[in-house]
Amino acid sequence: MDDLATMLARVQFGITAGFHYLYPPLSIGLGIFLVVIEGIYLRTKDPLWRQVARFWTKVFALTFAIGVATGLVMEFEFGTNWAKYSRFVGDVFGSALAAEGIFAFFLESGFLALLLFGWDKVGPKLHYFSTIMVCAGAHFSAVWIVVANSWMHTPAGYHVVQGPNGLRAEITDFWALVFNPSSMDRLSHVLIGAWMAGAFLVVSISAWYLLKQRHQAFARASMKVGLVFAVVASLLQLVTGHASVVGVAQNQPVKFAAMEGHFPASARADLTLVGWVDELHQSVSGLTIPGGTSFLLKQDFTAPVPGLLAVPANERPPVQITFQAYHGMIAIGVALIALSVFAAISWWTGRLERQRWLLWVLVFAVLGPQFGNQLGWLAAEIGRQPWIVQGLLKTRDAISPNVSSGQIIMSLILFTSVYLVLFATFLYLLNDKIVHGPDPEDAHGPLAKLPQKITDALSGHRADGEA
Amino acid sequence: MDLNTIWFILVAVLLAGYAILDGFDLGVGILHLFIRGDDERRLCINAIGPVWDGNVVWLVTGGGALFAAFPEVYASAFSGFYTALTLLLVTMIFRAVAIEFRSKRPSHAWRHGWDIAFSVGSFGAALLLGVAFGNVAAGLPMDAEFNITAGLLGLLNPYALLVGITTVVLFAMHGAIYLVLKTEGELQARIRTWVKPLIFAFIACYVLTTGATLLWQPHLAANMKAQPLWFAVPILTVLAVANIPREIHHGREFLGFLSSSAAIGLLVTLVGVGLYPNLLLSNPQPEHSLTIFNSASSPKTLKIMLIIAAIGIPLVLTYTAGIYWIFRGKVKLDKASY
Repeated sequence: MDDLATMLARVQFGITAGFHYLYPPLSIGLGIFLVVIEGIYLRTKDPLWRQVARFWTKVFALTFAIGVATGLVMEFEFGTNWAKYSRFVGDVFGSALAAEGIFAFFLESGFLALLLFGWDKVGPKLHYFSTIMVCAGAHFSAVWIVVANSWMHTPAGYHVVQGPNGLRAEITDFWALVFNPSSMDRLSHVLIGAWMAGAFLVVSISAWYLLKQRHQAFARASMKVGLVFAVVASLLQLVTGHASVVGVAQNQPVKFAAMEGHFPASARADLTLVGWVDELHQSVSGLTIPGGTSFLLKQDFTAPVPGLLAVPANERPPVQITFQAYHGMIAIGVALIALSVFAAISWWTGRLERQRWLLWVLVFAVLGPQFGNQLGWLAAEIGRQPWIVQGLLKTRDAISPNVSSGQIIMSLILFTSVYLVLFATFLYLLNDKIVHGPDPEDAHGPLAKLPQKITDALSGHRADGEA
Repeated sequence: MDLNTIWFILVAVLLAGYAILDGFDLGVGILHLFIRGDDERRLCINAIGPVWDGNVVWLVTGGGALFAAFPEVYASAFSGFYTALTLLLVTMIFRAVAIEFRSKRPSHAWRHGWDIAFSVGSFGAALLLGVAFGNVAAGLPMDAEFNITAGLLGLLNPYALLVGITTVVLFAMHGAIYLVLKTEGELQARIRTWVKPLIFAFIACYVLTTGATLLWQPHLAANMKAQPLWFAVPILTVLAVANIPREIHHGREFLGFLSSSAAIGLLVTLVGVGLYPNLLLSNPQPEHSLTIFNSASSPKTLKIMLIIAAIGIPLVLTYTAGIYWIFRGKVKLDKASY
């Protein structure tokens, strides 16, 4: 196969998936947040929470639109660039993708209409139900795509047989496929990463309002829920992260060795906190706890762990990038736990709004989960190389044979420039929305149908109440 | 009926559902630049506002179902239409975000720019979908490993372009009827004057395409000749098309809209009947064709997928219908509008 075409197809998939992966996590995280906020509004009937819900619904809509548009690219790309992969896995992978369409996307897009446009069209209970359904749809979509992706890491419930056009994988046990050895670990890790993305976006924008002393009632309400959400998600991520890494060590020892930079075929594995891989001399220099990895896996500082040299060179992934992405993700995760816990204590003791430096850190913390998610995904996918489906199909045997490098360069340039425009526009609009702030009228319920006099009286009353 | 045929029908239903539903919002997009006035343009966008992304999901799910049920077809068609699909994706991205972004800023230049993106994107998407559909109907050169060997220029042949243009006109007509249903007053009166010329333009395209098909694509009539009962499909198509101007003339736009929906569904059915059991017809070497048998997933997978569809599709239809019902009636601008 043409190595250049493979590399280009990988770069294109990396860029389009990486860009896509900025948005659905925000939809998933904000989805949960909206369910909580609207739930509080329904219980307390306090118009402030209605205002909070409507503001974040608008931010949600922005992330959702780009998520849908860029997701379509992903679905097509399996066929356009990875035809041989599609022929090999269609029986297995296609099923998960189709289930995603039927169970997740329809649910999400259908009820989104009510979430966005239904405030005055349907009753509050049906509206709340729609919010829950949109949130559920966003989560379901992660379920099916992560199940499909996990199957590529730890295939199960299949056999490889002669198909109509060469060998291919076919389902033998659907539930074994769905609950393949890595799917639940990876699913929980991805979902909670998405919650963190949503939580820190809320915290970031709220912190900015508090710094600028604008929309303070709104910002305090958002910050309160956002911080609790951020602490819970960051701590949970430690649990799912640990489960994931134990799973990787068990099921994909080569990837695990690359993540830890562990070369010897079988020896005690050290735990490097920060380091640099010397691929030539097959060593890692940096801050290390001797035997730390052995201890974390087997509660024994001297337990041998299989390393990269246990497999031939052509079955090893690129070590440096896998190692750095993995360590970067962990560093970010730990930093976010510390930050969210510290900020929550500050808020609890009433000092947060006076600690301007901390508010500034929170403003920029929105980048943390995004970088963490991207790095984690890079470590997972690059660490699986040279395989596209672990142990079954190599990446270089998976591309479309009839698509030329020139065609891929063309589409690569096209998608990259379109995505740059989209990203700039997204930031511009998000900024615009933040500067504009929550709409004071959003605090009011569906009053439009009441006679003008009553509307005036009510809004006058509420304005007084707020002041 | 065997599982492969059931899945052939289900994929066709998903594609027909997509053409009917996204057809009208693509049509609204095609007509967008002809609408004058900012409020009027916003009304038209909001007429499709709550439903357009649900409509796109029919394509996403259709693609997923094709991948799952007939992976060989998914792989061959998507890699074979590489450049065309890249362009289709770019048009669809622009129109999707244009709907979301357009009214977010008051600036005239901002809105005009996104108006162009929305309209050109919708036009391009309809044209490319039509061209792809025309090529599938006509058949494509394929090699022994089922790779499509035609380049972009090979796909832009006169027959496929004719189907592409017919699709654009059909969607524009469908969208105009939808807008008449959803708008009122002066705007409605103006759009109403477009409906008849669009219907006649579509009928002209339809006659041309039918003639070209009979002349150049006789294989599409073979199944009907073998089983004359299938002639009901083209006859119903003609009746549905002919019924559109009649309903519009009597001011029954909803029935007119149902008729144009039926016409779109029947046109997809017509091609389905013509192709069966082929999915990707190899032309000129028919032995390299992908059929519902040599391209399908295993019977076990088809069965699992059928269970998933049996659970999912009734749910989808129920709440989709509910949402269309809630957003029925004339569109009005409010604070939540685009």
